[in-house]
Amino acid sequence: MHIPKALDPVEAVKGAYPNAVLDVVQFRDETTLVIHPQEIVSVARFLRGTNGLIYNYLSDISSVDYFPDYNRPGRFGVCYHLLSMLYTRRIRLKVYLPEDEPVVPTVVNVWPAANWLEREIYDMMGIIFEGHPDLRRVLMPDDWDGHPLRRDAPLGYETVMFSFNVDEINKHKPYAQE
Amino acid sequence: MVAPIVKVEPVAIPDSMKQWEGSLEQLRGLVSERAMTGETMLLNMGPHHPSTHGVLRLLLELDGEQIVTCLPDVGYLHTGIEKSIESKSYEKAVPLTDRMDYLAPMSNNMVFALAVEKLTGLDVPERAQVIRVICLELTRINSHLVWLGTHALDMGAMSVFLYCFREREYLLDMFEMLSGQRLMGSYIRPGGVWRDLPAEFMPALERFINYFPGKVDDYEKILTNNPLWIDRTQGIGVIEPDEGIALGVSGPSLRASGVNWDIRKSQPYSGYEKYDFNVPLGEHGDVYDRFYVRILELRESLKIIQQAMKNVPGGAFRSTNRKFVPPPRAELGRSMEAVIHHFKLWTEGYAAPDQEVFVAIESPRGEIGCYLHGTGGNKPRRAHFKTPSFMHISALGKIAEGHMIADLVGIIGSVDIVLGDSDR
Repeated sequence: MHIPKALDPVEAVKGAYPNAVLDVVQFRDETTLVIHPQEIVSVARFLRGTNGLIYNYLSDISSVDYFPDYNRPGRFGVCYHLLSMLYTRRIRLKVYLPEDEPVVPTVVNVWPAANWLEREIYDMMGIIFEGHPDLRRVLMPDDWDGHPLRRDAPLGYETVMFSFNVDEINKHKPYAQE
Repeated sequence: MVAPIVKVEPVAIPDSMKQWEGSLEQLRGLVSERAMTGETMLLNMGPHHPSTHGVLRLLLELDGEQIVTCLPDVGYLHTGIEKSIESKSYEKAVPLTDRMDYLAPMSNNMVFALAVEKLTGLDVPERAQVIRVICLELTRINSHLVWLGTHALDMGAMSVFLYCFREREYLLDMFEMLSGQRLMGSYIRPGGVWRDLPAEFMPALERFINYFPGKVDDYEKILTNNPLWIDRTQGIGVIEPDEGIALGVSGPSLRASGVNWDIRKSQPYSGYEKYDFNVPLGEHGDVYDRFYVRILELRESLKIIQQAMKNVPGGAFRSTNRKFVPPPRAELGRSMEAVIHHFKLWTEGYAAPDQEVFVAIESPRGEIGCYLHGTGGNKPRRAHFKTPSFMHISALGKIAEGHMIADLVGIIGSVDIVLGDSDR
């Protein structure tokens, strides 16, 4: 079987989508391509289907919340960890999303494995994946209020009631009032 | 005396509670249209069904005994481990990782330790790497034994379960020698392992290595050529190679479909490139192949342990970088520096840069990945674990479609899921 020569993913993506790549970060032999959120699907399709790249396996999608320090382009980050089984290498795509509208197109049509991974991020971080076929909560109960892995969600315990937050707390406790 | 009849007043359900009640309308789009008219039956399997290996709920749409749709529902074992790690220093987060995949705690320790080491640039001595390999392979055998026992039990072969748990007992005794704990030892730590191998460990390992191959032969005698076992497993739950890769299936379940992908071989960590072992591959990707690949993996793991135990180098069992690893107790009485390091590490911990890393290793179930993002301080901003069971359960619906409900039990067993691993 003829295997095409491996291409440099950074140069290839920059050549094909010059406006999509916002930044390239190298840390401990890991390459991160910071991508414009609206371009993520086309870049993903390009990395998966181009000879010499073939990132055929989606290892992971993870999310990170930069609250409260805003020295990044957006509050939320979504990281796509891709793996090329043919060339045994990995790459990370990253998008930054703003706080008031954390929306990114889904990559379910590129890698079906993204289905539950995106559901988990929606559940935990409250990031909306546009076009996802089945965006329901997966780990938390369906009626859960809020998104627990955001940095401003409390770690646990009962919040202490003061006069300034009593209404807010009661709003989340429908049975305590009855 | 006759007890007085107490009349119970019906309790009014508050409106806010009524909206929680599920209705068929909520399932529109997830199940077929035939379920809406009642032509097919909706059946709830679990979350306390014994064959679901924990607390997995499956919503099945059945046409007679045939599965039309299978909707897995997880989260019953969600314990917020990722959230808890955000509030702990790196060293203190290690015991939490044990609790994810409770059948392979060392693999979880390992992936977290590797992520911390990569993030901070911490070194691991040679001796620790070899000890880690021995532990990881013992964990693999341990996990595969529980899998084999419960899988065979689901399919009606009860004796295998008892034999497997008998052999597992030896392994748990060895883990107790290492860490003082039978199940969740937190033995693998960032920078190496928690303590050196105790004197009684090597003889015990020697005994196990000599004793265990005969036992694998015994399991094979019961199952491999057993016509009942073959009838129930061959041709069931087939995963095509392309489909498996697309759905994120990994580990032995993917190798049973013939995909030659083992992270120990392709992206070696902890010195796996030094050992000579084969990667067993299946051909059909059915339940039987997944069973047989794991049986062969038991033997390959033994081979790795045999090579590793002959060449355990001397030296430190944990990094001597005192900014990350606390000094041994004996040093505290002699050295002021050691006291300062000890105090700093157990009160504050160590800092990691405001950067992100991703590490993936081959756990007994498949690819387990750890995404770790530092803050520049002593606690991580985010720790995310990509777990094989989560991916396998998400693929379950596709694999189970069109099968009989009795075969579903075999399929769940064969993809090897642990709900603690999936829900975290």
